This record gives sequence, structure tokens and C-alpha cells, in this order.
Amino acid sequence: MPDSRRPVWWAALGGLLALALGTASVVAQSAQETAREIERYREAVADSSPGELWEARGEDLWKMPRGPRNVSLERCDLGQGPGVVAGALARLPRWFADADRVMDLETRLLHCMVTLQGLDPAVLRRQPFGNGEQRSDFEALSAWIAAQSRGMTLAPPLDHPAERAAWRLGRELFFVRGGTHDFACTTCHAQSGRRIRLQELPNLSRPEEARRVLGTWPAYRVSQGEMRTLQWRMNDCFRQQRFPDLVFGSEVSVALVSYLLHNASGAALAAPGVRR
Amino acid sequence: MADPMRIRARIEGDQCVVRVLIGHEMETGQRRDATGRLVPAWFIQRVTATTGGRVVFSASWGPAVSKNPVIQFSYAGAKVGDRIQVTWVDTRGDRRTDEAVVSA
Repeated sequence: MPDSRRPVWWAALGGLLALALGTASVVAQSAQETAREIERYREAVADSSPGELWEARGEDLWKMPRGPRNVSLERCDLGQGPGVVAGALARLPRWFADADRVMDLETRLLHCMVTLQGLDPAVLRRQPFGNGEQRSDFEALSAWIAAQSRGMTLAPPLDHPAERAAWRLGRELFFVRGGTHDFACTTCHAQSGRRIRLQELPNLSRPEEARRVLGTWPAYRVSQGEMRTLQWRMNDCFRQQRFPDLVFGSEVSVALVSYLLHNASGAALAAPGVRR
Repeated sequence: MADPMRIRARIEGDQCVVRVLIGHEMETGQRRDATGRLVPAWFIQRVTATTGGRVVFSASWGPAVSKNPVIQFSYAGAKVGDRIQVTWVDTRGDRRTDEAVVSA
């Protein structure tokens, strides 16, 4: 009887399906557990995060006379007037009249180091991100400046035409597919509830998810033992997508940061945060 | 020159709870750099905390302790205003001592 085998076949298939579902739920469960453990770690280090070491160094760097002109960054205008640090992060990126372009925090710091302190931009661009004993001034300065906006609400301005242009360019770039792997930012960050291995991938086009993530940048990255800035995050996403190197402080980098921070507008700032 | 430690010492009940954040690379000696060479071991071997000449905490560390480590310990018999000194010594012989005042 040819049909007698059918139930066996279906039972086997059902078994396989059950097995597959079982594996999926085990993976989902361990993803949750990892997220929970990271949360527990964040709580444990909340009042002694290693990020404080960067904050302390950042404060020194801000106040220390440096460069050929031997001046400090205390006259640097982050958008709230020369030397005003409190609340600066909440209103960046923004258009700056003196440079006639939109700048995010790190790009503005680079601008101040060049125009005020007389440091060489080519040299500064060579060390934007720390690596062990080679430390980055940008990461330390960003950490300290971010800490002075803790508890404030993220509200980057969108009044100047250049600010709107940067936001529009960032949105375009977010969807552009390219590179050897035909990737776009949206490949990983345009669906909710997705993860890569055990890492949750926020859907950055949804404001509530963008707010949860972007309000904590710059952040201490536990797995690297480094303070990381949004410029680093953009740079590393480009590397992961096998895109060409993203130039530190470039128009493209600032545009992407603009788009993401506008999506996160209204976020309660809790930077520097702690990330995996 | 090593970064200063961040030390917090607070009275909780009949104990003084001390939290120390240390900035240190804590190289295990097992890691290779981009060119394939071993990065030499470089980690804190000894941590000691004293208050009024009395040792209240000491530890011998190996390469398994993380980079930028955080430690917490508590001891009895502290008063507000006491000074507590924490010292570490690493495999290069570098050392650093920082001090904190016990708060309520």
C-alpha cells in the first residue's frame, strides 16, 4: 500500500520541526539571558564604570594648554557659547557659522583643536580611536563632555538649511546598498527584534528604539575595554559592511550621525553608557 | 604615569564599603598584536589597602583579572573622616597609591 508510509513521513517531519523550534527557543532564551547579564553588569558598575577614567582624562585635556599655541580648549564653542560644556551634547550635531558646516561633537572638537590650539589635523585624524596604550583624546574629551549633559533631553536642532541637508543625506545613506556584500545600514537596523549571534540589533528607524540606544553614546565598550564615540560606531559599521574607510569628521560621517540622533530626538541622555 | 584610581569609601551599617576603579591595561601575555607578535604580559600583581597603618585588604592578582578592574570590599571599625590608601604594584614594577576619605 503506497499510502501507508505517509503518516510516518509526516510524523518524522513534525519531529524535525519540533526540534527546530526547540533549538530556536533555546537560542532566544540564551540571548535574553545574555542581555540580562549585561544589564546586571551595567548596574554593578553604574557608580564605578571604567568610563570614569576617560571622563577624568577628558576633563584634564579640556583644561590643559596644548598645541603650538599652548592654549586650552576652554574657549571652544560647542554650540552653547565659548567654553560652555553643560548641555552641549543635547544640541549636537548643529550648523556652526564659523566653519559654515554641520558638525557633531568629535568633528567640532577636531575643529577646535586645529583652530584654537594649532594642532595638525592630519596628525589628529591618524589617532581618532584608542587602542590599548595608544589613547585617543577624542574619546576622553567626548566622554567628559557627554557626562555634562547627563539627564538632559536630546534635541538636535533642525532649523538651518544645512542641518536639514545633513539629516536628508544621512537618511539617504542609511538606505544605500553597496560594497562587496551588498550591505546597507538597513540590512541590520531596519527590523525590530533581530539579532546577530547573541547581539540585539536595534531598529534605528524607529524612534523608541533609537532613543534607547543613542542616548547612551559615547559608551564604554566592555569587550574592547575602550570608550567609543559615535564616529567610531559609524567607522566600524562601514568596516563591517566592507565599505570604503569612513573619514573621521567627514560630511558623510556627520550626516549619518545627524540622521540617527534626530531619530533619537527626545531621548534622555545617559552617556557615557556601558555597552557589551 | 598611570591614571589615578577612583576610590569611594562609605559607611554602610557597621561596615565601611570601599569601591576602587583602577585604570590598567592588564595584558595577559597571551595576546598577539596585528603583526603576530606576543604582547608581553603586564598586569597588577599586588593590591593593598591600608587605613591608619592597618592593612584592611590585600590581593595577589594574576593575568585573569580584567582590564580597568573594579574591586569592592568592606571592613569593620571605620569612622567618617578616616583616610584609606590603596596601592597597586604591577609586573613592570610600576606602582601607584591613591587616597580617599571615608564618607557617611
